[in-house]
Parts: sequence; structure tokens; C-alpha cells
Amino acid sequence: MSHDYSVAKKIALKTILILAVVTVIEVMVALTGKGYIIQGHHWPKALMNAIMIGGSLYKAYLIVFEFMHMKYEARGLMMSVVLPIGLLIWAIISFLYEGNAWKNNRLFVKEREKMEVTSQQ
Amino acid sequence: MATDTLDKKHTDTGTDNGSWEGAEYPFKVGYGKLMIWYFLLSDAFTFAGFLIAYGTLRFSTVSWPVPDFVFSTFPFLGPHHPLLFVTFMTFVLLFSSFTMIRAVQEGHRENRKGVVIWMALTIVGGAGFLGCQAWEWTTLIGEEHMSVTTSPFGRHTEAGIYLDATGKESSETFEMGTSYLIHKASFESAKPAGGHESGEVNEGGHETPTGEASHAAEGTAESHGNGAEAHGGHSYAAPGDYPDAVVDERGYIHRKYLVASGTDSGVIKSEPFGPKAFGALFFFITGFHGFHVFSGVIFLTIIMINVISGIYVKRKNKNEMVEKIGLYWHFVDLVWVFVFLVFYLL
Repeated sequence: MSHDYSVAKKIALKTILILAVVTVIEVMVALTGKGYIIQGHHWPKALMNAIMIGGSLYKAYLIVFEFMHMKYEARGLMMSVVLPIGLLIWAIISFLYEGNAWKNNRLFVKEREKMEVTSQQ
Repeated sequence: MATDTLDKKHTDTGTDNGSWEGAEYPFKVGYGKLMIWYFLLSDAFTFAGFLIAYGTLRFSTVSWPVPDFVFSTFPFLGPHHPLLFVTFMTFVLLFSSFTMIRAVQEGHRENRKGVVIWMALTIVGGAGFLGCQAWEWTTLIGEEHMSVTTSPFGRHTEAGIYLDATGKESSETFEMGTSYLIHKASFESAKPAGGHESGEVNEGGHETPTGEASHAAEGTAESHGNGAEAHGGHSYAAPGDYPDAVVDERGYIHRKYLVASGTDSGVIKSEPFGPKAFGALFFFITGFHGFHVFSGVIFLTIIMINVISGIYVKRKNKNEMVEKIGLYWHFVDLVWVFVFLVFYLL
């Protein structure tokens, strides 16, 4: 143990409060940005997504490094668990790109079908 | 002879305190704890795979329902409370995460009573979360009629005007991108005996709708209130093509509308079902997470009983078992952070 009991207790309480506050902020951003709290008031989607993804990553950091005690483990252990997660970055980018391509192809086919119907008439 | 060489090696290396001979823990943690970390890493990849599949399919359709429309019911308060209930669920899980870390801390102090109290609270939190999820699923399946292959939640890809009971344009319009819920009529009693069902309109059934059927239609309209007033007490006693809606064989009411924008402007269409994958992804991913919570509750209970029995005191390793289940429990909370982000926030 790198810190004693009372300090650890305080850190746990502080961490849970930060997690709760970040969650409330995320939900408020989602609701305000979509016009639920102030009627007809909308925020740009990219800004909302950035806040919500950033908040979630921060929450994940707090859970892993404080609650799961990763901060106080050997550096090698931390590296061997955290670094492989980096593989997901490319997985997310490539698969979302792929999904978007499916949508575009589908819309393209639909458009073509319509064109052929009108040319036959 | 063998011990001789070992001893010799020890003295030879001098500064090396035996890393190659098993005298020291690699990464300064016990075997069990190291392995639970690698198990959690592999589990993280499993969940990541599911969530990425969700993202890919969501990106591939234009009619994906908006989460704050789908998840907007709250116990006793009904619909129109977007995200309130899932936020509550998140807090239940966060609370149990906090009680878990307190249990681990008491374990480090060898305070057996403290460990048991905080673990018991964690179990209560986990069970509470499962209860919330059960309510959420029950509402989605029983009241909103979502299933693994059918999503009554959809999203308009063009603007339009709903038709009224006479087949004329009503005052109810919608914008492009508005989400909708396809309600379900209940005409169990109007079904012909012998299970012979077809797409024909049952004229007699339509003229004299049974009290039960009309009541059920009103009930669903009230329960989700999304523009349900336009139905004006209109009930559908049998599947068929009505002036304002197409009722399919299973009773889903696909409302008709006049398209007011885009290339199909002026055409009359009926609301299609939402993306087919939505139900499967939702039930599978939240179900898989719920199963993790469930098995976590079981393991927490077993380990709590062991703590009471005093078995970990004899091991003299500062209740490492409590720490291990703690790691698992925090991981379940960690996964929920991302399920919450992907399913409910974005």
C-alpha cells in the first residue's frame, strides 16, 4: 500500500463524487443539446459527442486507475493491460468507416433503381 | 547435487534477488490478481467487439431510432422522461462500485466485519441494478412490443403529414429525422377460431370492435402518448388496410402519411419498422452486461460467505480474494460507462 487507510478512504469518496458529477453533466449535455430543457434550443452534434465521449473516457480512467488501483501497480502491469486497448482505436475508425460505406452503397443502389424506372417510362 | 548448484547460482548472481527462480512475483502482484487483470483485458475486447458492431450497423442505416426517444419511460411516471431511468441505473451501479472499494479497503486492514457490511451493500446495489434492468426490459417487450427481430422504434427519413381516419391529411405533421413508435392493436378476441388468419379485412369485426380491443388500443396510446391523440379512439379489430394506417398480421399499426419532402413528395406511405438489428443488439449487449452483473452478484455472495467463515484470515494475504472480486466488479461498472455512452447518450 502506497498510502494509508484514511487517505485511501478520502480518495475513494472524492473519486465517486467526480464520477457522479461527470455522469450528471453528460446527461444534461445530451438533454440540453437535443432541446429537452430549453425548447427549440439545439447544440451541434459534434460538440455534444466530443463532450460525452471525453467525459466517458475520463470516467473510465478514474475507474481503472483509482478504483481498480492501477495507479499503484507496477509499471509493467499497467503497460501490459493498457497498451493493448490501443488496438481498438483503429478498429473503431475502420468499422465505422465501413458502416458508413454500406449506407452510401445502399443509397446509391436505391437511386439507380429509381433512375431505371423513370427511364423505362 | 541439485540443491548445490542452486545455492551456488544464488551466491553467484549476488544482487539478483531471484527473479528467474520464482522467488519474486512478476509485476509485484500475486498470480490470481495478475490473471484476473488479463481476463478483464480479454473481456474488454469482447465488449468492444459488440459495441463496435453496434456502431457499424448504426452508421449503415439512416433510420436508426434516437435513444432519448426509445428510453424515456420511468416507473410510475410513464413516458416523456428521456434518459432519467438509465441515469438512475448508472447511479445504482456507481454506488455499488463505491461500496466495493470500501470493502477492499477494509480487507486491507483485516477488518472482517467492515468487509462483510460493505460487500453486503455491494450485493444490494448489484441486485438493484438487475431489478432496474428487468423493469426496463419488461417495458420494452411488454408495452412497447420490441423483440429481438422487430423494432417498433423507427425514424422518419423525410418530412410528412399523417392521414386521419377518413384518409385525408390531418393537422399532425412531422419533420425529417423525427422518431416514432409503432403501436400495437390487440385483437386477440377478434381472431377467427382455428388460427386461420390472413390479410383480409374482417368487416364484421371492424364494425363492432370488441370492448377489449378498443380498450387495449387506448391503453397503448396512453402509455407512450406519441401523437396518439390522432387515433381519436379509432381502434383496429383486425389486420388490414385502413384509411389512416396499415395493420399487419401481428397487430402493429403502421400509420399512413403523405410525404412532404424529398423525391417521393406527394406519395402516401406507411411507417416501416425500425432497423431490424436494433432489438438484437440492445437485448444481446445489455443482456451480456446484465449477465456479468448477475455472475458478479453470485461471486460476491460466495466470497462474502467465505469472509464470514474466516477462511481468508488464515491465508494472511490481506483478503486478496476480496480485491479480485473488486477488480471484476469495477470492470462491470467500467463496461456500463461505455454501454451507457453508446446506447443511451450518443
